[in-house]
Formats: sequence, C-alpha cells, structure tokens
Amino acid sequence: MSLGLLAAIAALVLVLAVAIARPRNIPEAAVAVPLALALVALRVLPAADAWAELRSLAPVVAFLAAILVLGQLCEDEGLFAAAGGGMARWSAGSPTRLLTAVVAIAAVTTAVLSLDATVVLLTPVVFATAARIGARSRPHVYACTHLANSASLLLPVSNLTNLLAFRATGLGFVRFAGLMALPWVLLVVLERLAVGRYFRTDLAMASGVDVTAVRPTAPAAAGVRGDATSERRPAAAPGVAAAVVGVTLVGFVVASTMGVDPAWVAAAGALGLAGHALVRRRVTAGTVGRSLNLPFLAFVLALGVVVRAVIDTGLSTAVGALVPRGSSYGALLLVAVVAAVLANVVNNLPAILLLLPLLAGHGAGPVLAALIGVNVGPNLTYVGSLATLLWRRIARAHDSEPGLAEYHLFGALTVPASIVVATSALWAGLALTGGG
Amino acid sequence: MAVLVWVAEGTWPACVDAAAQWAPPAAEVALLAAAAGQGADTAHGAFAGLLGRGRAGRDPGARIAAMEVAAVAAMLDAAQARLTRPSTSRTLTGRPERALVEAAAGADLLVLARDGDLERLGPHSLGPVTRFVVDHAPCPVLLVWPRRPTTTTLPPPPAPGAPAPSGPPPGA
Repeated sequence: MSLGLLAAIAALVLVLAVAIARPRNIPEAAVAVPLALALVALRVLPAADAWAELRSLAPVVAFLAAILVLGQLCEDEGLFAAAGGGMARWSAGSPTRLLTAVVAIAAVTTAVLSLDATVVLLTPVVFATAARIGARSRPHVYACTHLANSASLLLPVSNLTNLLAFRATGLGFVRFAGLMALPWVLLVVLERLAVGRYFRTDLAMASGVDVTAVRPTAPAAAGVRGDATSERRPAAAPGVAAAVVGVTLVGFVVASTMGVDPAWVAAAGALGLAGHALVRRRVTAGTVGRSLNLPFLAFVLALGVVVRAVIDTGLSTAVGALVPRGSSYGALLLVAVVAAVLANVVNNLPAILLLLPLLAGHGAGPVLAALIGVNVGPNLTYVGSLATLLWRRIARAHDSEPGLAEYHLFGALTVPASIVVATSALWAGLALTGGG
Repeated sequence: MAVLVWVAEGTWPACVDAAAQWAPPAAEVALLAAAAGQGADTAHGAFAGLLGRGRAGRDPGARIAAMEVAAVAAMLDAAQARLTRPSTSRTLTGRPERALVEAAAGADLLVLARDGDLERLGPHSLGPVTRFVVDHAPCPVLLVWPRRPTTTTLPPPPAPGAPAPSGPPPGA
C-alpha cells in the first residue's frame, strides 16, 4: 500500500467523520475542500485528474443546485401545504387512507423533487396532516422518511446518487426512468404494505373513534399546520409551482431525446419559478440564493476529488476483484448487496462514488443495481448508515430513545426483501428490453 | 379523590367521557399526555442520514418537535373542553409508560383506553405502553373501549375456521 493511498484514505475518513459527526456544527465543506486541495498540493492526485473530476461533476452539481432551488420554491409557493390539505381531505379522517395518500405523495415528491425535498419539506407537512386528523403520526412520518430512500430510484434527479451515476449508465433520461419504473412501483407498494402491517395498531386507533369527538381539535390543529407551512408569507397559490414542475419533467424527456443535458431544463424550471415567486414577492433573491446550499455543492465536489484520489492511488485494484462483472441475475444481486453494505458502512454518497469507477464500462445493469443498493440500503438504519447511527447512539446515550429497536427491526425486515424485489424487477426489465 | 386521565391520539375522547361518567363530582381530575411520539426523532434521523446537507434551521426534526408540543397542547385543550368540569392538564416527559406509572403513584383512579388490536379476540387489545401501565399501575385502573359502539357489547367470538390473530391487517 503506497503512501499516497494511505494519505487519500486518511483524507476520506476525515471528510466522512466530520460530515457524519459535525463537531461544533462545522460545515462539511470547511474540512472537505481544504483536504481535497491538500491531496492535489501533495501530488497524491495530479492536478489534471482533479480538474477532470471537477469537470465531470460540474453538470451533476448544477443539476443538483437547480433541483434544490426548485424544491424550496415549491415550498415557498405553498405546494407542500396544498399537498397536506389534499391528503387530509382524501383521508376522510382515516389513518389508513392517510397512509396511502402519504405513500403516494412521498413517492412522487421524492421521484420529481429528490429525497431532500421529501425529508426536509414534506415530512413536517405529513406530521401536521396526521395531527390535524387526530391520527398517531408515527406510521405516516416513518413511511415518508422510508420512501425518501426507496422511492428515489425512478429518475436521475430523484437522488444525488442517481445524478452521480447517470452518466456512467450511458442511458438517456427516459430509458433510465423506464428501467427503474418497475422496481420503483414495486418498492412503493411494498413500503405501503409493510408500514400498514407493521404499524397496524397505531393505524387502527383513530379509525374507530367517533369523528365528531375529534372535531374539537381541528381549530387548534389548523394552527399547528400553519407552523409546517409558512405563516409569515402571503397566501400562495401552488398552481404555478405544480405547472412548472410538470413542464420541467416534460422538458427532461424532450431534452433527453434531443441530446441536451437535462440540467439545463432543471435550471430553466428553477429560474422560471424563482422569477414568478420574486415578482409576487413571496421570496427574496437572498432566500433563493440560500436554497442553493453552496456549502453542500462544494462538499460534493470536494468529496468527488478525495474519492477519486483514493481510487486512483490503488483502491480500485484492491476492491475491483470483489465487484462482479456482467448483467446476470446473480451479478446484479451481488452488486446491489455490496452497494447496500457499503452504503450502510459509510454513507451512500461515498459508496456510489467508490463503486462507479469499478462498474463503469460494463453496461447500465450493474450501475443501476448499485443504485438500488445505495438508495434502498440506508433504510436499514433510520439514519442512513451505521456510521451515523453509531455516532448518534454515542452522542445520545443518555437520552431515552423509545422504540428504536422497533425501527431497526422494521428496516431489517424490509430492506433485504426490497433489494431482492427491486433487483429482480431490474433484471427482468433489462432482459426484456435487450440489456442496457 | 384524584383521578388521572391518559390523553392520547385517537383514544382520548373515550377516556374523557369515562372520567366524566365515573369520577365523583368532588374528584380532582388531571389530564396527562405524553410529550411526543417519535415523529421528531424519525425526521431528525432521516435528515442526519443526508450526508453533507447539514445546516442550522433545516432539520425537519426540530420543526416536528415544535409541532408535537403544539399538537399535544391542542389535544389537552380539546380534552379539557370536552370534560366540561374543572380539571388540570400536564404533559409528561421521558418514556411514556414509566412516566405514567410514576404519575399514578398518588392517584386513586387511572383512566385508560384499549389501544391495541381491537378487531380480534386475544391478548393484544392493549398496545405496549398501555400494557405496561396496566401491569404496573400503583392504583386502580379504569380500562375503557375507545369506540363507542363496542363499549356495551362483547366482541363476538371468531367463527370456526376464522384466520389466526396473525392474519393480514384490515388496511394492508
């Protein structure tokens, strides 16, 4: 093992440790960027290679920025609050019907606006909606956070991991979505059934209660809902936001067939909606700029450079032998399992960055299987990876954490089944349509 | 006489009605609710799992925690309004089952509702928290049905050949 590889691995460990533990709330990029620069300065990674990595990541990061802005603008325009109102009406007071609505909305939100939007923007609305109808919110919040991972397979924009891997698949936007559609649908149905079964007593609780008896909570709960949305902004009509998102989706398809990078479409959608919201004074240029989350974008670039250094200095030869080649059912399943394990040990971003160079050049199948692993795998623990979980357990050892074992049991039951189901569906799709 | 009423989502109206019916007019009625479910923890965990996004003010767990406090307060207000007699209300912190047993130490009656699987006969009609409280409560317990139609009728026995209690849930 060369000195360069040791230095690169040490840098990666440090970057991940700070990103996971976040001591003193230091921004992740504040450590990752200097370490990436140091690896280049120490010639562990040649500057030309680092530059090539940055250039290949640039469209991904631009795409990510556009999607982050689009999601926040949808929140500012009241789209998520409207979704909460719609879910409450459709549920008709039944926690079970609300769960179905939450699963549907969370799956679509994750696919179209990415898992960040589901976790950060939709989850509070889901809680508020459950509180509003007097239901126990546990199953609904849990389903929402679970779907942020498992429903992030469908589109290249649904998860940063997909954006990173999109180019390596060699697929267009439509073909990517086509191959992931069946795994996605099956996973969403599986989550609905699993949460419905696992939390059935919580879900049964309000359904039998005299609805008139619950009504007194409605005015107070409506105030609760205001917290979830935006009491400080003027009332917004979410129709424009929904239309812009729809047009952007169609734009992805059109751009993909015309050979235009879909990142441009995402940027156009974000700019269009930002312009609309700015004119209506529902947002300011400052809030739009903050929703770009520049430190996060810098972190992604720096992480890419550090991982590239780890791979180039020799890890690829060491790990390459562990990753199977080809698109046979066994190979795809093994790739998905390896990816899921890696995602649980570190986190899914470094996991997919480490796996991509090893899988590239073997067709779309193995890359898509790896995405199933890194996207679904984090549901095993409720915090995305064992590293995060260990840190949180240590940090909160003295707090009471009721029900954590229950959550982990649920993850342990659903994740292996989800990976097998999704990989089988992917394999069938590849076999039916003649490979990647 | 001190009467405690456990106020939880879905079951509190039945508990409040039972307290109104059974607590003597001179009894001091106290309504108790747990501080929070696990929505905030779950959301916080999901956010922690998003590598690199860490930024103050974005954590959905914090927003949900604030909403949980408001939702519990709203539920207690609604319960007090429904009781239509003087009462006090309190939010318990910590593990709800232990907090409730400790709170019941000085009480003369604790009103609870069945909150488990009410569809089938068997030992599962109590959820884990209620089960613990019923097992360890230091005072007499009044256990009520959360659904009015079934409070006066015994659930029918299962038909011959009916599925075992581990069958699929009604909503799945």
